Amino acid sequence: MKHLIPEFERLKARLPPGHDATLLVPCLRRIQEDRGYIENSDIDGLVEYLGVPRIQIEEVLSFYGMLRRAPIGRWHLQVCRNVSCSMRGAERLLGQLTDKLGIGPGETTPDGRFTLSTVECLGSCGTAPVVMVNEAYHENLSVADIDALIERLD
Amino acid sequence: MPGRKVLMDFEVTADSHTLAAYRARGGYEALAKALSTMQPREVTQEIVDSGLQGRGGAAFPAGRKWQGIDPDDGQPHYLIANADEGEPGTFKDRWVLEYNPHALLESMLVSAYALGVRHCFVYIRGEYDMPWRRLDAAVEEAYAAGLFGENILDSGFSCDLFVFRGAGAYVCGEASSLLGSIEGTRAYPRNRPPRMTVRGLYQAPTVVNNVETLSTIAWIIRNGAAAFREIGTEKSPGTRLISVSGHIRKPGVYEVELGYSWARFLHEDCGGLLCNKALKAVIPGGISSQVLTGKDAKVLTAGEVEGLTLDHEKLRSAGSSLGSGGMIVIAEGTCMVRLLQIMLRFYHHESCGQCTPCREGTGWMHRVIDRIVAGEGRPEDIDTLYYVARFNDGTTICGLGDAAGYAATAMLDNFRDEFEYFIEHKRSKHGGNLECQGSS
Repeated sequence: MKHLIPEFERLKARLPPGHDATLLVPCLRRIQEDRGYIENSDIDGLVEYLGVPRIQIEEVLSFYGMLRRAPIGRWHLQVCRNVSCSMRGAERLLGQLTDKLGIGPGETTPDGRFTLSTVECLGSCGTAPVVMVNEAYHENLSVADIDALIERLD
Repeated sequence: MPGRKVLMDFEVTADSHTLAAYRARGGYEALAKALSTMQPREVTQEIVDSGLQGRGGAAFPAGRKWQGIDPDDGQPHYLIANADEGEPGTFKDRWVLEYNPHALLESMLVSAYALGVRHCFVYIRGEYDMPWRRLDAAVEEAYAAGLFGENILDSGFSCDLFVFRGAGAYVCGEASSLLGSIEGTRAYPRNRPPRMTVRGLYQAPTVVNNVETLSTIAWIIRNGAAAFREIGTEKSPGTRLISVSGHIRKPGVYEVELGYSWARFLHEDCGGLLCNKALKAVIPGGISSQVLTGKDAKVLTAGEVEGLTLDHEKLRSAGSSLGSGGMIVIAEGTCMVRLLQIMLRFYHHESCGQCTPCREGTGWMHRVIDRIVAGEGRPEDIDTLYYVARFNDGTTICGLGDAAGYAATAMLDNFRDEFEYFIEHKRSKHGGNLECQGSS
């Protein structure tokens, strides 16, 4: 994480002084964006850099759904299955992905290409159903769209 | 067109979200007006006079919340825009962030001036990527134009803004819990009193307002409280952004003048129901409201919707609320048992685990409804759901556990026969349908 410290310092400039722990979640997010997950050495680095106790960092890591301690597939497919998406076909999309990829939610294909997850409301109810592919929302998806999408992602 | 506009009063084009476009439609005039002609307390008084109510769920008067802070008490104060939009069915703040981000930023500057705030935050949900990119670009534009930072517009007023991205926790939409997130801890809701305007972020007086609430401030300061009161109803001035989804032909975000006819909104503006189906029910303001204001999650049946108008007082008297403005339209033929299963799974998943009644109760309700849907329901399961729902009510720090209970009791009260049918016949009365079946 050390190479990211100059970036973290720039973030600090807009914070009230004396509240470095505020950077904990932003730092964890940035580290994960950089490497894909949070390693033990990152926690060591943040203990030192932010002066936050290790137990607090572990608590935060186990609380927030987007933070990961282990790598996942290259493409993370997150299917929203909340009310509005379910009313517009989310269950069929999930079924299609499960069949096509041969994995269930929470699993990664053996080639490391895809990880499949289900998520709760992504705030895309008016363009439901939605699948989040890494950071990007893919909205108004049909089963045919899902097939085409999978082909494009290598 | 559902009435007059405050936030959607321009044509969306490829660059209408930029600073230049915002300025061209009168943007940042309210900031100049406040800084050069108004005292901080006068700004707050204007908001009090406008009658603006919170748009996040509770509809609490925004000005009264602000009056909880003394701008001249010499201690640090904080202002936080709650953009942790996660209430199922709600996607209106996303519209503001993507298409009118400077309305939020200008309003935050005016608000920070009124409240004696030096450092502001926008707490944006972790999954929002495009909305964050738009907001972040707008913040950088504003900094580059000298609208944030030191000595803004040569007024002596200084203000910084930090855009804080969440990391995937629904409970952070609860205003006190996002404080923990910003402080670098788990996001556990906090007991009140003390109110956040007494002890909030970093133990200092703090105002947390919803994105839509805040974004309206600049309009009110530019045009005056009296002009704002001319829009909407006497008790619910202004407009609401309503995000419509479900079995509806034209889902999306609409700005609706408060007091507008609900039937007209659904059947004309939103194009009516999919598959030419009749209306079965409407969840008016997100599957729950993020706050403790009574039966927010109440489902309205078709008969109740006809004749209603969209405003806070009418919905309250109908036993529901406009909540977060997330309207989910449900057509005839939909299985309400399975819809409730989705809701209860959601609350169980999102319970932060701090309070026992919610942590355990949402799990119990989830397991009971799973059992019913699996065809293994028992006749006493309906009473068990009622029992847990009532036990949750009012026994937890935040409203998440209450909301889970309200969702369950509203569905059971209105559609009890479907639950009894499912338990007795071990299958759904409506084939388990969630999607609209039939020709569209």
